[in-house]
Amino acid sequence: MAKGFWNRSRKKKGAREVAQPGYVSRSQSQMIWRAFRRHRLGNIGMVIIAIFALLAIFADFFAPYPYAQQFRQYPFAPPSSLHFRSEEGTTVRPFIYATQRTVDPETYAPKFTENRSVKYYIRFFVRGADYKVLGLFKSNIHLLGAQATDGTQAPLFLFGSDTFGRDVFSRTIHGSRVSLAVGPLVVLIAFPIAIFLGGVSGYYGGGVDMILQRIGEVFMAIPGFPILLAAGAALAGLGLSPVAVFLGIIIALALISWAGTARVIRGQILAIREMDFVNAARAAGASDVRVILRHIIPNVTSFLVVSATLTIPGMMLTEAGLSFLGYGIREPMTSWGQLLNGASNIAGIETHPWQLIPGGFIVISVLAFNFMGDALRDAVDPFSIT
Amino acid sequence: MLTFIVRRTLYMLPLLLVVSLISFMLIEIMPGDYLTKMKTNPFVTQQTIAEMAKRYGLDQPPLVRYWYWFKGILTRGDFGTSFETRRPVFYTLFEGGRLMWTFIVSLTTMFVTWAIAIPLGIYSATHKYKLSDHTLTFFGFLGLSFPAFFFALVLLWLLVGVFHVGQHGLGIGGLFDNRFIDAPWSFAKLGNFLWHIWPAWLVIGTIGMAGLLRYMRASLLDTLSLQYIQTARAKGLSERIVIYKHAVRNAINPLVSLLGLSLPNLVSGSLIAATILNLPTVERAFFSSLTAQDDYVIMGALLFFSLFLLIGNLVADILLAWVDPRIRYN
Repeated sequence: MAKGFWNRSRKKKGAREVAQPGYVSRSQSQMIWRAFRRHRLGNIGMVIIAIFALLAIFADFFAPYPYAQQFRQYPFAPPSSLHFRSEEGTTVRPFIYATQRTVDPETYAPKFTENRSVKYYIRFFVRGADYKVLGLFKSNIHLLGAQATDGTQAPLFLFGSDTFGRDVFSRTIHGSRVSLAVGPLVVLIAFPIAIFLGGVSGYYGGGVDMILQRIGEVFMAIPGFPILLAAGAALAGLGLSPVAVFLGIIIALALISWAGTARVIRGQILAIREMDFVNAARAAGASDVRVILRHIIPNVTSFLVVSATLTIPGMMLTEAGLSFLGYGIREPMTSWGQLLNGASNIAGIETHPWQLIPGGFIVISVLAFNFMGDALRDAVDPFSIT
Repeated sequence: MLTFIVRRTLYMLPLLLVVSLISFMLIEIMPGDYLTKMKTNPFVTQQTIAEMAKRYGLDQPPLVRYWYWFKGILTRGDFGTSFETRRPVFYTLFEGGRLMWTFIVSLTTMFVTWAIAIPLGIYSATHKYKLSDHTLTFFGFLGLSFPAFFFALVLLWLLVGVFHVGQHGLGIGGLFDNRFIDAPWSFAKLGNFLWHIWPAWLVIGTIGMAGLLRYMRASLLDTLSLQYIQTARAKGLSERIVIYKHAVRNAINPLVSLLGLSLPNLVSGSLIAATILNLPTVERAFFSSLTAQDDYVIMGALLFFSLFLLIGNLVADILLAWVDPRIRYN
């Protein structure tokens, strides 16, 4: 450690003597980026989020079926079991058998038996239901599908199916759209409010500050989750379209959550306002708007980025909780939390535990955002040694 | 100190007013007003309807109705009448020991959370960058990322689907097995209670515990880098005394202010745990009132949760002044 440090500094000194080559100057954002790249977990988090974002954008392609497609003969089908060996014992490409649902005459317990006559191979780029890529081009190619050699298809349930025989895997991929969009959208609404109110409060101070602070305190002290539940119940009763309910939930989340951020922004601006460079700008005749936009905002940008990254997972968790309890996202729209709503009783969990799988996606994506936010926070801290 | 408490208590009033307004507005948005619901219920007589309409101003415009409700709370302590049970909201929310269980579940969760998180945080800080520290940090992150309800579901699945606890005579959900519900307190009943309550502790407390662990670690690391710690070590004090007597005592202070911030998590966690694990608490009553769209019960419960948060915050602030003599509220 110590040795490396000395070596490095000597090299730098040498470089300076020979003038420019090898000596690079970096901007603030380049330095932050370098520091961020050194944080292993933060990078893993970023990659995971990127992958999930791709899944969400091209959900129609990655999901074998549309999210509302029902296979009525297959309610609560367990995950398809993949076979890797044919009867002769040779290794082939993975395949599944079509299943047949029967009901036990005594216990009425449903049972799925495999019909071993036809093998349906797992194939890539299979043709299926029509959809539009990015809402522009028509396509019917799906990443995965189970197809026999004669071209017939069998339903492929990688994560099993739900009460209507809908494929949980497809619904999980489609659900990522809502689950991942909630956090950023809430930030997009809450942060402008927080920046404006916190900024006015911190920059002008006095009576305005007093009033805004009291309002903020009210918003911070109200019991958010129960009120959101009540708001969800109210929204549900209005007979709105699922999309409108989704937007309503986002607005409600934003209204509940702006106050904390506004308070921190106020504190930051209060501190920066007193600094010499701001006084210098003012003395040079800069208007308030210019001082705020050119001199103060750039100094809080890194804080805003970090705080946004760390706000997103909290919003995701809240949305998931609301949807799980049935007061968030509405059918037929779906999100990861809403998917777990089907698994909310003990008997259901015991007989079809595969309905819990979407919850794993919540954990992974929230974890990824937390890792990334943590790494960003370390990276933008100018006092941490990198 | 007394003036501080009085001022803070007075300060609660406008806040409760705002919450009452918000909840009234939400109820107004909900479809189906109270009067119509009463009229369509065959078990309600014309006379009761007329009586209720007069008492709560049900045939009046919204603002007047709000005023009737508000006046009822102030003058008669009357929070309205439940549509489902047709009894006062107060009983619907609190009877059957619900209030007591809410406090017992919340307070024991908080206690268990602190009792586990603080020692782990100290351990993590004193073993910085060792494998055990990294493991704890990882689990801390994981705990922060687990939605409470998903945790509850996975726990139920493990207990019921994997370990089949039902076959060993152990029940899941509620606070007691049926045979203990009306039994007098005994060690067997206490044991049964503990068996039922630990999933609730885990579900409600995990997020708070993970946060607390991280803060404790960070706070202790900050404190350990201060010069008085170096002095204490230079004096030749044993490491145990340096850490527990000199460092931990100061490192814990900032955590007390977190106590107030952790309360909203406690409320939302209890709500979810009460729903999934079927605990007989106020949260559970609130949730059923939501399903039934029981106007006055919802409003009463929202007021109760706000009061719970406000009092919790006040207690946290008093506690902070008590543990840290440098802070005095004047």
